[in-house]
Amino acid sequence: MTLLRHTPAEETARREALTVNPAKTCQPIGAMYAALGIHRCLPHSHGSQGCCAYHRSTLSRHYKEPAMAGTSSFTEGSSVFGGQSNLLAAIENIFTLYDPDVIAVHTTCLSETIGDDIPQIAEAAADKGLIPEGKRVIHCNTPSYVGAHTTGFSNMTKAMVDYFAEAKADEKAAGRVNLIPGWVEPADIAELKRLVALMGLDCITFPDTSGVLDAPLTGAHEMYPGGGTTVDELTAAGDSAHTIALGPICSGAAAKALQAKCNVPQTTLPLPIGLHATDRFVMKLREFNGGHVPAEIAAERGRLLDLITDMHQYFYGKTAALWGDPDQLVSLSELLMSVDMLPKYVVTGTPGKKFIKRMGEVLGDRAHDCRVEQGSCADMFMMHQWIKADPAKVDLLIGNTYGKYIARDEDIPFVRHGFPILDRIGHQHMPTVGYRGAIRLLEQILNAFLDRQDRDAPEASFELTM
Amino acid sequence: MPKPTSDIPILEDRKAQVHTKGAAPFKLACEKHSVAGAVSQRACVFCGSRVVLYPIADALHLIHGPVGCAAYTWDIRGAASSGPQLHRMSFSTDLREKDVIYGGENKCEAALVELIGRYQPKAAFVYATCIVGLIGDDLDAVCRRAGERTGVDVIPVHSEGFAGSKKDGYSAACRAIDALVGTSPEPKPGLGAPPSINILGDFNIAGETWVIRDYYERMGIDVIATITGDGRVDDIRRAHHAQLNVVQCSGSMKGLARLMKEKYDIPFTHVSYFGLEDMSRALYEVADHFNDPDMKARTAALVRDEIGAVMPELRKYRDALAGKRAAVYTGGAFKAFSLVRSLRTLGVKTVIAGSQTGSPQDYQKLEALCDEGAVLLDDTNPLELAKFIDQTGADLLIGGVKERPIAYKLGVAFCDHNHERKECLAGYAGMVNFAREVHHSVCSPVWRLTPRGCRTAAPDASPPVRPLRRAAVRRPAPRPALRTTPLTIGAKEVAV
Repeated sequence: MTLLRHTPAEETARREALTVNPAKTCQPIGAMYAALGIHRCLPHSHGSQGCCAYHRSTLSRHYKEPAMAGTSSFTEGSSVFGGQSNLLAAIENIFTLYDPDVIAVHTTCLSETIGDDIPQIAEAAADKGLIPEGKRVIHCNTPSYVGAHTTGFSNMTKAMVDYFAEAKADEKAAGRVNLIPGWVEPADIAELKRLVALMGLDCITFPDTSGVLDAPLTGAHEMYPGGGTTVDELTAAGDSAHTIALGPICSGAAAKALQAKCNVPQTTLPLPIGLHATDRFVMKLREFNGGHVPAEIAAERGRLLDLITDMHQYFYGKTAALWGDPDQLVSLSELLMSVDMLPKYVVTGTPGKKFIKRMGEVLGDRAHDCRVEQGSCADMFMMHQWIKADPAKVDLLIGNTYGKYIARDEDIPFVRHGFPILDRIGHQHMPTVGYRGAIRLLEQILNAFLDRQDRDAPEASFELTM
Repeated sequence: MPKPTSDIPILEDRKAQVHTKGAAPFKLACEKHSVAGAVSQRACVFCGSRVVLYPIADALHLIHGPVGCAAYTWDIRGAASSGPQLHRMSFSTDLREKDVIYGGENKCEAALVELIGRYQPKAAFVYATCIVGLIGDDLDAVCRRAGERTGVDVIPVHSEGFAGSKKDGYSAACRAIDALVGTSPEPKPGLGAPPSINILGDFNIAGETWVIRDYYERMGIDVIATITGDGRVDDIRRAHHAQLNVVQCSGSMKGLARLMKEKYDIPFTHVSYFGLEDMSRALYEVADHFNDPDMKARTAALVRDEIGAVMPELRKYRDALAGKRAAVYTGGAFKAFSLVRSLRTLGVKTVIAGSQTGSPQDYQKLEALCDEGAVLLDDTNPLELAKFIDQTGADLLIGGVKERPIAYKLGVAFCDHNHERKECLAGYAGMVNFAREVHHSVCSPVWRLTPRGCRTAAPDASPPVRPLRRAAVRRPAPRPALRTTPLTIGAKEVAV
């Protein structure tokens, strides 16, 4: 019996009512992940217990780390009378026992449909004295039937601005930028912070999951590992000279909100994955440090270029299928195009108007050779059907763990990238942003090709040196 | 003398859900709704139904709700199938805002008709999620219509997440299965039919149902249906032909066994397949039920052979593990009993035992089973668990996905006895696998690298090394005093 051969090659009529093997998940997990990027913050899921359990399990599987979050534990009663008493009890219990600095509440389909008003409940909690001095309760709305996990992340990131950022000083702090890194790995955030520091700039990074979901082993269970953006930093973000938001879907809204609220100018850039996107990031930073790019960064760029030229013959003409989140897919596609590979098939479950246009810009005159879909029916089933129906298939798959069925069924090399990765390690530790991150990505892609070539080569052409 | 548990912060409302054996007369509150705001390790009604029905491999499983509930339960359980793999796909109606406003019935029906047309499943289960309960979709009517249009049984599963606990999800799943039982066109076997059973409550994680089924078949018993591990719709339809229901797992399948007792007068017995004692007891109990001397003899021979085959290896592990301490935190409490016994077989003492969903009777039994000083926990949370592990000095935690990283961060060994176990842990061979896993983790040298390992293992683990003596020792010049910072792990300096 073959594994999971439940995808017919012939394309079915356009599906309207059905998602099969989704290339997305729901908003609340994004809000939970973002909230973990606040220092000493306990995310709180205002809904049924299962939501919270699923999100924590998925984050734990992806990071191999404890993922802490509370839940309002809705009952039949709460679904009739509203979840106010649950949330009040939760706020009291959480501050009593877990003592976070911030409780970051996100809603669920259940509490949204009931119509719970979180700010009003938080106010009631404050009136009852349930919120200790100096502690904060923030919230964002993340109904599961709107957007996708990426928009949940965006909403919580924006909530950090809405609740904390303040323009206090008369002048913006020259030489200090805000960095909104988007939904990337803790290692990516650390890498981005390193680049900003090398450029000689101060930086407030939010949300910052580095040091939270890649916490070192200390022999103790730490409810709140050392990392994360502090409330003071989030407040001070209102006085920074500029905001650089990476990825319009995940970071754009927060940057715009900060501009509107505190008059901090903003630039939204694509995620700095690949040579060109990293160039844009570095050049933008250069505008704030007096026009200087340190030799170390130039050398890192040079090493990336060196790798590309050394190995370029292995890349050219290769095709890939990609799935995941829009911000990632645009930059990954650009990276592939820059080494003469073609992102032939691209799907994302995240809805949103600009994605297809952005992909078109990246693909340029090759756009007609590619298929790009988004939304409810743009799922792994669709992707699998495309590949099955294509005699040439593709040379490479890039995406989260759920691609392993296609990889096995179609026997295609597979590089894991995105969320969630449930069956490999590395994503927690090795960045894929910046020049060094691009080296890592190209190394993974190359090794996948070379392993495949070694596996399939007849003995006569099995080569030692490649 | 057992230590009091007072120095560990526990929510006032949860205090009754923690008990230290010997510290006071036994009393443990349970079956309570989780305290809001506690970082509970529990899940919801939907989760309960989903994990129970999931292994039915030739049925279609459609999740009616926003995409998350389907995404998080896509191929989540290593419930192996010997045939179809349809259960490993993820089907969702992906409800959007307009569906929440105008209702999702049409979408659900269209999805069912399309999927049943494509896959021709033997039956279809449609899971209601929170939102479906709230917007008032008439799931029963949708299923009836879809069934009429396709000629396939479409069964609603009323698993709205908020409508109770995971246990209520088990009940909803049992009712869904019950809708299939008794629908087989095959005639009921008459008197003189060979002894037959259904295996209830084993989910074929890592092939466990196959192991158990093989034992029963070797005893001369006809296994009619395995519910739900490696489950098939047609087997379930004729499950009422069985003469006995053998039920494993405390919560999940009791409901079905009761329903089948009422409807078809099929008796049931509770068993566990984990550990030598419980496994053997299960086989003997079933043999006793049929009261056939030949079968009893076959069973005794089977038990003898199997135990004989695994004992040499088990002894090896027991020698290495004797005196170690374990913490056990399971979903249902029934599994905890078996684990406490199995660990005892390996010379390991259980110092913490708890479950997400245990009943008062369960905990009474668990308390009786545990040694003096053991801490009993109902519906615990990471903070409590971590602190009790520290306090009791446990060397091992047995639990599921959310417990694993907690153990590792503490520098404590871990064994997954939940959905993510990769080895068959049931039966006799399973006991060896279990012992091996426990041994490999507990006795791994990696714990010597961690602070906790340093604390407990350092003194005798590495005897002082005597430096080689040299004829003349040249003293290095004294270094200028520097402000040094040591290499640390946690708050402890690393000894190199």
